[in-house]
Amino acid sequence: MRTADAFNNKKAFISFITCGDPNLETTEELLLTMEKGGVDLIELGIPFSDPTAEGPVIQGANIRALSTGVTTDKIFDMVRRVRPKLTVPLVFMTYANVVFSYGIERFVKTSAEVGMNGIILPDVPFEEKAEFSEICDKYGIDFISLIAPTSEDRISNIAKDARGFIYLVSSLGVTGMRSTITTDIGAIVEKIRENTDIPVAVGFGISTPEQAANISKKCDGIIIGSAIVRIIAEHGENAVPYVYDFVKSVKEAILNT
Amino acid sequence: MSNGKFGIHGGQYIPETLMNAVIELEEAYNHYKDDPEFNRELTKLFNEYAGRPSLLYYAEKMTKDLGGAKIYLKREDLNHTGAHKVNNVLGQALLAKKMGKTRVIAETGAGQHGVATATAAALFGLECEVFMGEEDTKRQALNVYKMRLLGAKVNAVKTGTATLKDAVSEAMREWTSRISDTHYVLGSVMGPHPFPTIVRDFQSVISKEIKEQCLEKEGKLPDAVLACVGGGSNAIGAFYNFINDEGVRLIGCEAAGRGIDTFETAATMATGKLGIFHGMKSYFCQDKYGQIAPVYSISAGLDYPGVGPEHAYLHDIGRAEYVPITDDEAVNAFEYLSRTEGIIPAIESSHAVAHAMKLAPTMDKEQIIVINISGRGDKDCAAIARYRGEDISE
Repeated sequence: MRTADAFNNKKAFISFITCGDPNLETTEELLLTMEKGGVDLIELGIPFSDPTAEGPVIQGANIRALSTGVTTDKIFDMVRRVRPKLTVPLVFMTYANVVFSYGIERFVKTSAEVGMNGIILPDVPFEEKAEFSEICDKYGIDFISLIAPTSEDRISNIAKDARGFIYLVSSLGVTGMRSTITTDIGAIVEKIRENTDIPVAVGFGISTPEQAANISKKCDGIIIGSAIVRIIAEHGENAVPYVYDFVKSVKEAILNT
Repeated sequence: MSNGKFGIHGGQYIPETLMNAVIELEEAYNHYKDDPEFNRELTKLFNEYAGRPSLLYYAEKMTKDLGGAKIYLKREDLNHTGAHKVNNVLGQALLAKKMGKTRVIAETGAGQHGVATATAAALFGLECEVFMGEEDTKRQALNVYKMRLLGAKVNAVKTGTATLKDAVSEAMREWTSRISDTHYVLGSVMGPHPFPTIVRDFQSVISKEIKEQCLEKEGKLPDAVLACVGGGSNAIGAFYNFINDEGVRLIGCEAAGRGIDTFETAATMATGKLGIFHGMKSYFCQDKYGQIAPVYSISAGLDYPGVGPEHAYLHDIGRAEYVPITDDEAVNAFEYLSRTEGIIPAIESSHAVAHAMKLAPTMDKEQIIVINISGRGDKDCAAIARYRGEDISE
């Protein structure tokens, strides 16, 4: 299985949750329920004390998760348990220091062993990625590259060297829900297309089924994080059915476009 | 140094959204740093606005009292706004203006960098927003008022430990959301390239002056230069022009808080390990899973879990030494310098004074120590009074 499988013959719906929010048992249930609700790929956030690319919603999830004593090792154990029950690709989303402090090779090797398919590090841009991506290539883990509305002349280099899918950041700023997305997504996707056939998924700010449906017309997939994390923040251990309903409504909206 | 690396340290570990902004900054800086007109303007600001050159003062009473090396104080506390921070801020504000930016943002710990940025913003007619940990807005309430008086907006940051590291994180978040008209005036020799280089270059006027003044007064270079280190901007400024002078010991004084064997410390070199955070690879206080530690120091300006990449490199190659100084030692030094020389140093700078009090008696009378008094201590008086159990209102 590869991360790109999520995009086979369909617009991919990618969801994000923070591992250990509110606890790892609930995370396991949420993974299963999101797959059942139609999610095509799941980003598993490994919490970091100082998540500089996140808005208040996901910052809150990071703090809640860390306060329960979640660690990288406990998250690997959780993935090892739940992986056989899941068919969708899984990617980690965390910060450079979490991977670096674990030992890059040890982290990537363990990720591959427990059945992860990719990794996203929002604080590792093109210029600094070799230290991570070369080891990821060795173990068959896709090192996912991000492209932003400000990337401009950087797009071709990033796109040509991308793996798995490209994470297109929809807007300036940090993660979090936005009522409108003003970036010309279509124009950036077109520029990416000139350089690679790798699928493009758009994230940051998408929070409703309508937004998901509209954005998905212009790209290969959409990513929703904060809107799901907010449901978990509100309902805690009882969030599973609420997340299921939300995920299902997004999936249906994408299918009907 | 190429690509912003200092040995294995430095780099640009930031979101893609900011990459073109730092590239634009690097190009602008490379253009202006050797531009005679830019340098003329900056020198004029230094001399006629900030009050440079700052004095190199022979602390005769302290020298006699300690009974060892001759002690000189580099009086960065006499600069306009009361600290070395203004050197960097005037440089960056001038650069921002040349780049066509109309708004500046900054993080601040003790508030000195925030006040300096607000000051430069007022002078240059730039909109200014400062991010300060909520905890620090309480510790340094007077500086919060000063920033507002100067026309800046102060945002109290409530996330994490609500101190300097969280202020940096929040300023970075703000920059990703508004780039085109905004320059981030980073206050220390940290963050992604080119900041550690830019800030060091603007602060290196300190060691340039120390060198000239020491040669003029003593006919020789100092034997040791001491400075406090949080992120490390006043220290790198005081060290930089001596790096190639092997005979000059360079000693950075870190905040040990309640001691390096406790969790309540901010001594990065003594207790940290290699990591990646706030845009750079360097040493950071962190747990075994890479979670950044909630550090502590009585000094808001040194209360930071990392250290600038050039210091990490100078530490690796053994060119500079880094020593931990506790809250108690710093407070004693704060009181000692006030009593002995009639100079109230910032609690940050007091960490360097404290080490000089240990070092001077072990050295010969012919030897020379220069202590960089990076800032003045007015802002700390209420907090130190509280530390001594006396409640005064500001």
